[in-house]
Amino acid sequence: MFELLGIPPQALFGQLLIGLINGAFYAMLSLGLAVIFGLLNIINFTHGAQYMMGAFVAYLSLTHLGLAYWWALLLAPIAVGLFGILLERTMLHRLYKLDHLYGLLLTFGLALIVEGFFRNQYGSSGLPYSIPAELRGGYNLGFMFLPTYRAWVVVASVIVCFGTWFVIERTKLGAYLRAATENPTLVQAFGVNVPRMVTLTYGFGVALAAFAGVMAAPIYQVSPLMGANLIIVVFAVVVIGGMGSILGAIVTGFGLGVIEGLTKVFYPEASNTVIFVIMAIVLTIKPAGLFGRAT
Amino acid sequence: MDRGTRITFLAMVALLVAAPYVLYPVFLMKVLCFALFACAFNLLVGYVGLLSFGHAAFFGSAGYVTAYTVKMWGLPPELGILLGAVTGAALGLVIGWLAIRRQGIYFAMITLALSQIVFFYAVQAPWTGGEDGIQSVPRGHLFGVVDLQRPLGMYYTVLALFLAGFLLVYRIIHSPFGQVLKAIRENEPRTVSLGYETDRYKLLAFVLSAMLAGVAGGTKSLVFQLASLTDVQWQMSGEVVLMTLVGGLGTIFGPVVGAAVIVTMQNYLAEFGSWVTIIQGFIFVVCVLTFRRGIVGEIMGRFGPKGAAPTGGGH
Repeated sequence: MFELLGIPPQALFGQLLIGLINGAFYAMLSLGLAVIFGLLNIINFTHGAQYMMGAFVAYLSLTHLGLAYWWALLLAPIAVGLFGILLERTMLHRLYKLDHLYGLLLTFGLALIVEGFFRNQYGSSGLPYSIPAELRGGYNLGFMFLPTYRAWVVVASVIVCFGTWFVIERTKLGAYLRAATENPTLVQAFGVNVPRMVTLTYGFGVALAAFAGVMAAPIYQVSPLMGANLIIVVFAVVVIGGMGSILGAIVTGFGLGVIEGLTKVFYPEASNTVIFVIMAIVLTIKPAGLFGRAT
Repeated sequence: MDRGTRITFLAMVALLVAAPYVLYPVFLMKVLCFALFACAFNLLVGYVGLLSFGHAAFFGSAGYVTAYTVKMWGLPPELGILLGAVTGAALGLVIGWLAIRRQGIYFAMITLALSQIVFFYAVQAPWTGGEDGIQSVPRGHLFGVVDLQRPLGMYYTVLALFLAGFLLVYRIIHSPFGQVLKAIRENEPRTVSLGYETDRYKLLAFVLSAMLAGVAGGTKSLVFQLASLTDVQWQMSGEVVLMTLVGGLGTIFGPVVGAAVIVTMQNYLAEFGSWVTIIQGFIFVVCVLTFRRGIVGEIMGRFGPKGAAPTGGGH
């Protein structure tokens, strides 16, 4: 077997795949954050908790209702999305006229409540969720073994990400959305119900997080704190990419996942921090982010 | 100081001098350490309008440095705390230099992300003791004279440090430098157009805040004779935000009151485990929705002179 820089190809491609998977989650989560931020001007700190809730909906609907993975993939975004809409209608919408920092503080508090609640109910250790029968097994590609489920995660997240990009950049609804991001008062004057659009956008961003949570359930264990540390990495991804561009969020998410995977191969000690270090470097060179507009 | 502030300050000093004869000194010292930490944080968020979500990095790493130098190198406590303060300031210089490139929520996200580097460093570095932290740190003798093993000796040392930090923050806020900071908070582009290099002011405020957070962290590691991962975690950054918010952003006494309230609550609820997190989250939500001026801000708004209270957000 040949070796690359002293690393067996199995390990290299294995880590690349893991990196790609992590990148898929970074992409989906930072996409949701960017969509929410664009219209609401709020950084949704609850995003990690909502991702976790998605995974828990999958776990609970399987253990209590006997509903399989595919149902969870449909149910979790709806349920958690409705929860998000409830939050937006009862609390978040009071903050739009205030300093943006209050939105951050409110959603931080909500994240503490949600994560604390799940920790009370289910403890902090992970709960197993098995891979659905249709997606077990894998393919031998010659140079590596590719588990079907992981291939599915990458493909599905790419489809979801580009679907979102298409809706926002290429449809009439997306045009309203982009217009409202630029100037909500004017769009409202044209007869578009902007407050309802804001509510639905928040619901959609949250639903995206829940969808990612269901996808993550069979890979990582389902645990109350699974989103807490992830969300900070996603923040760094958002800072690196800049929130001005949907495509930018997707590319940055996948790219950083792969870089993180490679770091695990070549310099494992830094794999936890590499994304933060990249963020620091990007800030010195291009403070607005790779795809961002200056704020 | 105006008359009202001076009377409140003297009352606070009198209360704190007498307190250890009534209340448990370790509890009071914990309150004072967090009060100093919150005052340092408030200098930045309340008077420059910069919300740092990474202040645990300065607090916690200073704790490690103080604990390590006092235990392993046998340094006296005053030098240990001094080194902790230097650590906080140096880290503040690096993190602040990077973070002030962006404003608003980006600033918060950047400080949070950078503080995670410090956290993972503390997890991996051999000298910080990983999950165990640095335990049984000797308190030693202050200037070779005051025995800090005695509860009251330690208490009055912590009190002196707290009061020095409190007065320093007061002095900074009421100096010409502080006026420029407030101008940046109110309208940064306008301050720039008046010819101030706002980035330098923001960076200096950030370093001062990080240094004071370092003093608080170093002192706490001597009080509890322990430096651990709890103090560098992002949850700790959230706690100091909560304390300042509850007490009142941008008020002199707010962080002190907020720290007292939150530490007392944690003490009473310690046995309920993760309920503490839920209740803290709940307080966050209630404060943001209905109580943005905080305890001291509300009191000043009701009883203080007109215009004395901060407005509590709104741009």
